[in-house]
Amino acid sequence: MKFSITVTLKKDVLDPQGKVVQNTLINLGLNLKNIRQGKYFEIEVDEKNEAIAEKKVDEMCRKLLVNLIIEDYKINKL
Amino acid sequence: MKSSVIVFPGSNCDRDIAVALKRMQFKNKMVWHKETKLPKSDLIVLPGGFSYGDYLRSGAIAGKSLIIDEVIRAANDGCLVLGICNGFQILTETGLLRGTLLRNKNLKFINKDIQVKVMNNQTKFSNKYKKNEVLKINIAHNEGNFFTDDNHLRELKENNLIAFKYCDEKGNIDDHSNPNGSLENIAGIYNSKKNILGMMPHPERMVDKLISNTDGVNLFSSLLN
Repeated sequence: MKFSITVTLKKDVLDPQGKVVQNTLINLGLNLKNIRQGKYFEIEVDEKNEAIAEKKVDEMCRKLLVNLIIEDYKINKL
Repeated sequence: MKSSVIVFPGSNCDRDIAVALKRMQFKNKMVWHKETKLPKSDLIVLPGGFSYGDYLRSGAIAGKSLIIDEVIRAANDGCLVLGICNGFQILTETGLLRGTLLRNKNLKFINKDIQVKVMNNQTKFSNKYKKNEVLKINIAHNEGNFFTDDNHLRELKENNLIAFKYCDEKGNIDDHSNPNGSLENIAGIYNSKKNILGMMPHPERMVDKLISNTDGVNLFSSLLN
């Protein structure tokens, strides 16, 4: 079973990389309202039960992939 | 006094700190991260560098290495732990220190001598310094922008757990003297028991007049006191 995980900085944490990307896009004439840069993972687990599989992936997020102080994450089944 | 320096793949200040510790008469051992036993130590140092190439987040992978369980156990038993630069980042990733270190506000790697003020000189790490003493000390990092939640910040202030703050030569603490955007100019913090210190500046680089200054010496002599 495959999952995707998107990790983004929490709303009130400054995202300087996102800001620079935003400014560059604006300089290119591509206007936008807001941008947040993040990380993306694809994880395949050997598990048939979706609930158990998702629980495993969630544990991976909390234990290593995500710094919960500053980041939020979303898990999607692929 | 016995010390152990933990070495990770990508550590690059491990030998500098070993030289500083030996100079200060510590009996030091280098400990590879794959070890599962820690030599008997009064002080454990997590050195600066780029453990695991800063993959995932600075310090994230090193924070889960084999030896870290032993470091956590020793720290909880009261052993002194010093994390410098990447070592500070690793300490936050292990949970031994709260908060985190974000990318520098200006997105640049900063390598320069800056000033910090000693905010608490009543700890095992700082008792040889004067209160509010200004130290000139080197920083070299890309992720040194200290951030934490409001509760932790309040706790740091109320319990005098802020070790150092960035300041100017006269000791003024303001936005101009904040090199990396750290919350309230914080450059180093203690845990609640004050046996763990995490700091971004490099005291081990300031122990020799020939190459820099000796503003870092008192941190090590405090430990021996």
